[in-house]
Amino acid sequence: MTVPRPHLSFWERLYVPTLLNGFKVTFRHFWRTAVLRRPVTLSYPEEKWVVPEGYRGAPYLVRDQDGRTKCVACQLCEFICPPKAITVHPPGPEVDPATGNVEKRPRDFEIDMLRCIFCGYCQEVCPEEAIFLMKDYALVGQRREDMVYHLDKLLALGGVHLDPVQKWKHKAREAARQETFPVPVPPPQETHAAS
Amino acid sequence: MDWNFLFVSAVKIVVAFSVLMVLVAYVVLIERRLCAAIQDRLGPNRAGPFGLLQPVADAVKAFLKEDFTPAHVRRAYYWAAPAIVMFPAILNLAVIPFGSRLGDQEMVIADLNIGIVYAFGIASLGVYGIVLAGYAANSKYPLLGGLRSGAQMISYEVSMGLAVIPLFMVVGSLNLGDVIASQQGRLPWLPILPNWAVFQNPMLLLSFVIFLGASFAETNRLPFDMPECEQELAGGYNVEYSSIRFALFFMGEYASMILASAILTTLFFGGWTLPVFGLDRVATAWWQGAAQIGIFLAKMMVFILGFIWVRWMLPRFRYDQLMRLGWNRFLPLALANIAATTVWLWIAS
Repeated sequence: MTVPRPHLSFWERLYVPTLLNGFKVTFRHFWRTAVLRRPVTLSYPEEKWVVPEGYRGAPYLVRDQDGRTKCVACQLCEFICPPKAITVHPPGPEVDPATGNVEKRPRDFEIDMLRCIFCGYCQEVCPEEAIFLMKDYALVGQRREDMVYHLDKLLALGGVHLDPVQKWKHKAREAARQETFPVPVPPPQETHAAS
Repeated sequence: MDWNFLFVSAVKIVVAFSVLMVLVAYVVLIERRLCAAIQDRLGPNRAGPFGLLQPVADAVKAFLKEDFTPAHVRRAYYWAAPAIVMFPAILNLAVIPFGSRLGDQEMVIADLNIGIVYAFGIASLGVYGIVLAGYAANSKYPLLGGLRSGAQMISYEVSMGLAVIPLFMVVGSLNLGDVIASQQGRLPWLPILPNWAVFQNPMLLLSFVIFLGASFAETNRLPFDMPECEQELAGGYNVEYSSIRFALFFMGEYASMILASAILTTLFFGGWTLPVFGLDRVATAWWQGAAQIGIFLAKMMVFILGFIWVRWMLPRFRYDQLMRLGWNRFLPLALANIAATTVWLWIAS
């Protein structure tokens, strides 16, 4: 294959205008960075990056506004997790006396942040809106064990999620309504007697 | 045996060597900060104020890293090469007049009457280290780097030597002290400018341009860093080196850049002279001697900054372009320049 060579004019071949142009471009950048102090980089620990909405950082567990751990240990996140970073320890059916009607809750919940790939499947699959990918991107630990986050740490980091649905509260209220028996029946209609 | 002379020379050697080494360390820092600014970033600014302790950190790192010798290298050459790269720069320090006088001592280690010939002879030895490193590594990329370096050195050494001949025809001496003495005062035809060789006549300006171009090739700086070629040769001749040996190559490159700047300053920009306050005469007072050393260092620094700046501005030349520039452009120009200077001097006399 023959590479076509562009025909260069005299000034292009002399190289001097290119040289001067190079000085112009580099000096413009130098001036902006060194004199005007406007580098494009951030001085990281002092200046922090503004994390955009929808960023997929570390996954944490949340509580609702009543302080209940939203996770019900259904383990869907554990099954969907591609790198197998999540381990849920379900306790069995014994219930929390504070929130009597919630079927299960995790005894422990582990996320190995070294395995996590921040894909967000756990958040997507969660039927309870209990796990969210938050904005933390700098996770630090001194040992490997430090990077396995357990239930209390995840809850502390996750904070409160204002749940507009509050499914289990509604269920409890509904159930409480059904407790009164017989169900109040409306009195017999006048129209029935007339016919 | 003149013990006084020996003692004074030893002191001068130690001081000049220390200054060179400190300069090497800080030129690396300057390069990193400057290139960072050109690339819209900040560069190393964490170690000490403004990153001034960065060279210390670099040195500690270089010394503490494992000095690994790959199994397939040719040992003796492998061990010798970094030293051979380093020593021409240090040897050349001997003939550079970095000041006129301080007290009753001349501020040059060896006032040779063949100063520049010595400088060229020693500077051209630097290529042996690089070729040897490429050969000793016994693998392909370093060998290619070494070969390129050899070819490049030959093509530029010739035009570099020929480029300065007009200067010595004008001056009439090879001694660097005499070269500086011929650049004292101000220009006869434009007294605003100092009487530095570049301004004296167009032939010397051309000499300077050729010499500058050849210096870039001689010191392996971009746009002529064929031996290194980080992108194509993965680092070139120093691929197989690690730890302090690698640092020696690095220091050698910067030391030869500093020396090239010093030679450029001496030959074409009046060395330690400055035509104000009588600083262009041999110093009689201490302050003058000290100021002249400062002037020399300042001029040298300008050239060093130029070398650094160009590195971050221009892309690398292709290898054939480099050879063509050396043999087809610089060499005929330098020869024509000698002829023109001869005619000029003949008419002038």
